[in-house]
Amino acid sequence: MSERTRGDVQRSVAQDWRQASFWWAVTLGALAPLAWLGWRAWHGDLGVDPINTINNETGRAALIVLFLSLACTPLNIIFGLRRALTVRKSLGLIAFLYAALHLANFIGLDYAFDLDLILHDAVLSMPYILAGSLALLILTPLAITSTRGWMRRLGRNWKRLHRLAYVAGMLAVLHFLWQAKAAERDEPLIYAAILTLLLLVRAPQVRRWLVTLRTRLSRQRPPLRRTVEQARPAK
Amino acid sequence: MVKISPAEITPEHVFLNRRRFMAAAGAVAGAAALAACSPATLNRSEAPAANVEPALTVALGPDQLPAALAHAEPTASAAQDELGDPLNTFHQITNYNNFYEFSTNKEAVAGEAASFKPYPWQVEVTGLVNKPMTLSIEDIYRRYPQEERIYRLRCVEAWSMVIPWIGFPIAALLNDVEPQPEAKYVKFITVYRPEEMRGQRSAILEWPYQEGLRLDEAMHPLAILATGMYGKPLTNQQGAPIRLVVPWKYGFKSIKSVVTIELTDTIPATTWNTAAPHEYGFYANVNPQVDHPRWSQASERRIGETGRRETLMFNGYEDEVAYLYEGMDLSRSF
Repeated sequence: MSERTRGDVQRSVAQDWRQASFWWAVTLGALAPLAWLGWRAWHGDLGVDPINTINNETGRAALIVLFLSLACTPLNIIFGLRRALTVRKSLGLIAFLYAALHLANFIGLDYAFDLDLILHDAVLSMPYILAGSLALLILTPLAITSTRGWMRRLGRNWKRLHRLAYVAGMLAVLHFLWQAKAAERDEPLIYAAILTLLLLVRAPQVRRWLVTLRTRLSRQRPPLRRTVEQARPAK
Repeated sequence: MVKISPAEITPEHVFLNRRRFMAAAGAVAGAAALAACSPATLNRSEAPAANVEPALTVALGPDQLPAALAHAEPTASAAQDELGDPLNTFHQITNYNNFYEFSTNKEAVAGEAASFKPYPWQVEVTGLVNKPMTLSIEDIYRRYPQEERIYRLRCVEAWSMVIPWIGFPIAALLNDVEPQPEAKYVKFITVYRPEEMRGQRSAILEWPYQEGLRLDEAMHPLAILATGMYGKPLTNQQGAPIRLVVPWKYGFKSIKSVVTIELTDTIPATTWNTAAPHEYGFYANVNPQVDHPRWSQASERRIGETGRRETLMFNGYEDEVAYLYEGMDLSRSF
């Protein structure tokens, strides 16, 4: 790369600032449901069955934020939105936070740490609880290995390991769908459809087709905005 | 299926219970005198009835309620049930309702039901009976002394509450219509008013909601038709103005806003059983040993509490009702 001119530096600073504000906006947005839940709890406004409210809200937030983190790579593939890749990790970690709160509510408030009851009455006798437990079990090593250090240490295996996020997503949707009554299956089925789409985009053929389509389209008209320093390509 | 001979239809204790009602009847002629009852006497069957013969004149409006229902503030004769567990609050009971006719969201039902008009109301009692009747809610207040029953309500979703209902044993009503010997079941139907009940405008369930009991179950003295709660008439979200309460069965059996009671010789189709036969049986007795196919029924959460309670056989009414199911395989007849 040639020596940077003053204009380049200015553009780069502006770029950094935009990047940072995007990261903060998405991260804080993903944390907003937690803030809202905390606010309601503080004001005793969690409804007649607060445990159920916490359960539903943390569960839903975990699923949505996990899907947002899974959507980052496809967003880059389809729309060339490289910026999305910068929030993938923080979204993944926040999804894990919601899932952990969902579990903590289940263990601590719903079952009051009655481990025997949790094991025999819930985990082993309710398939949807087992599915949810497995989803969280999968997300745990992903959260731990989300740091740069682990990325380096695991090398190519990091990518393989983190593909398990899709399995966690599938189990989470199954967990949601399984406990729903027939009249309440619309919401989990919508999540199932979204996850299917996200997975479809990752299929090599579909991915190649989308990338070709995008490059062809972007060649036809001038790019909206070219970044000075391209974000690291998708792994 | 257990065969019921006509002689078994009225068990002795129900019969005795009814005699107690009859003895009390006529002592005082009108609702005014009922006002003298202190809440403490509500749960005894001493509240007098003016008349046990059909009296279809409508004199009482919803504003002229029997004393048991005429309290301005939520009123109950005791602070706990017979097991020593505290009553749920009026607010909890009226803001956490499964009433799909209004909403599938339990906490949204109260708001959706606010514009429902429960008065005037009529209940048709029909089918295999000698004396079919159509009663207005005022007739029901007048004919059947309203008494308090503090019952646990166990939802099939594994939560529960303790509720001080006001109502009367449905046996009293069934005796008045004189079931014919072929009558084996009682079918109940909820009002169908899609213009007032938005849930009925979508096909989440088959409308109108329908439930059923075996006749001997319906004749059991614990099975009541409730008209009120906490000393006040039922709120719309609870199934105003009259609903069934069968405390040893999962809540969905206790059909709300009843307009038809029909005695039949065949087992009636019931809404949840039709929707998901492998998940919701006709009997739906609370049973910690028989799990729902997708979740355990061994424990429940009492609304307002953290942690879980052990679910009791027949919801804690085993001594009273177990005889109804002798010889039955409850895991098959779930």
